[in-house]
Amino acid sequence: MIIEALVKIVIVVNGILVGAAVLVLVERKISAYIQNRIGPNRVGPYGWFQSMADVVKLMGKEDIVPRAANKFVHDLAPMISITVALSTFAVIPFGNTIDIFGRHVKLIVADVNIGVLYILALTGIGVYGVTLAGWSSNSKYSLLGGLRSSAQLISYELAMGLSIVGVLMIAGTLRLNLLVMRQTLLIWGWLPSWNIFLQPVAFITFVIASFAETNRLPFDLPEAEPELVGGYHTEYSGMKFGLFFLAEYANMITSSALITTLFLGGWDLPFAIRLGVSPLMLSLLQMFAFGIKVACVLMFFIVIRWTIPRFRYDQLMNLGWKVMLPLSIGNVLVTGFVLLNIR
Amino acid sequence: MSSNGNMIRKKDLGFWQRIYVPEILKGLRLTIAQIFRPKITVQFPEDRFQPASSFRGRPVLVEENGVERCVACGLCSRVCPALAIEVQASETELEKERYPVKFEINMVRCIFCGFCEEVCPEEAIVMSNEYLLAFQSQEEAIFGKDKLLKSTEELRERLEFLRQHR
Repeated sequence: MIIEALVKIVIVVNGILVGAAVLVLVERKISAYIQNRIGPNRVGPYGWFQSMADVVKLMGKEDIVPRAANKFVHDLAPMISITVALSTFAVIPFGNTIDIFGRHVKLIVADVNIGVLYILALTGIGVYGVTLAGWSSNSKYSLLGGLRSSAQLISYELAMGLSIVGVLMIAGTLRLNLLVMRQTLLIWGWLPSWNIFLQPVAFITFVIASFAETNRLPFDLPEAEPELVGGYHTEYSGMKFGLFFLAEYANMITSSALITTLFLGGWDLPFAIRLGVSPLMLSLLQMFAFGIKVACVLMFFIVIRWTIPRFRYDQLMNLGWKVMLPLSIGNVLVTGFVLLNIR
Repeated sequence: MSSNGNMIRKKDLGFWQRIYVPEILKGLRLTIAQIFRPKITVQFPEDRFQPASSFRGRPVLVEENGVERCVACGLCSRVCPALAIEVQASETELEKERYPVKFEINMVRCIFCGFCEEVCPEEAIVMSNEYLLAFQSQEEAIFGKDKLLKSTEELRERLEFLRQHR
């Protein structure tokens, strides 16, 4: 059992790290294409090794700590960020089950019954990384970035949590694997009962909140370059900065996986069961479908970055408290009402 | 944030614009369309940008029938705002009677304003289309006659441009 868990952990952690490296390159490439440029193309064929070169460069850089900084917290902050970013994925199922080496393996690291709560709790801790980084650097820009990050989290975590409530009411469980199982059913025999169709409003609010959670444009106020230099990581250099960078992209992957799991049917591949392939093949196909869905959501993250300009701080707060919160509460009420009348 | 500005905005925006999501989709369509547009990047060391004839590159001396047109009047040196040009005149048996023994342009000082070209009565100094100017030392940046002379064939496009537009 322990070996099985360890193998899964190694696969997931390495998958995220490699995925983050690939994602950095893909984002740079797509950003370049959107701006009619070519993007990195010098390191390796078509620039595929650019991320490796960047990591090597970051490792070789001097680690500068400002004299007035709180050394301990300054070191701690990137560790918090990366730990949270890597461990959130533990409860997300990336496939159904697979029969391999004579074992029946669940394709999820920890199939706990409080999966959704675990994720919300960890993202809540994740913001400590950013806030502490901002505070411990003892710099104005960093502090403002950290402050914005915590204010942003408070305004958006509420809407995020409440938009999940609708999904949870339909499924009646916090276990993410069961949430996905619930979505494999078909409505009227043809429409997969993915939550994007059952809960479109929750989907939109959740996606917007995810953007705010991962500090991506249009909600990247904690690191708004034109105003705050680098925001919370202004005073970081070398691999400590690299960890923040990695954590941001790992968070993007985790958020996309979460959106996929909660709203896009997770590993569900509709009608695949009718193809009549072997169970092993079916499992692999479902994993592949999960990967494709996550990749599509990630693309959406990247394209949105070049479509919508950054929100002003008051606009951000307006959207969070005056639009998203009432919308998600209304969604919960309507869902409850409908469910009550159906059952 | 004046209330007046808000009033105007609210009149302008319809219902679908105010709920924002369809407008985001429109924006997304534009962004995605950009991905498939041709790229404007020039892969520099392999591909070189070819300037138009109106481009003001490094100034050169026009060489006609193996001899420079310059009569060493010194006007370019006088007009140069960056004091980059140094001319020393001498006499010659040719019809033009005077020629520059020494003609030096300090390319570190040159600001590519093109005044020398404009002021020259003989059309002897013109701006070429060369823009690759990197030096290892200050001395290397001082171009003498050996580096400045260019034949009329090489400068044909620029000379035609000047005749048309000056």
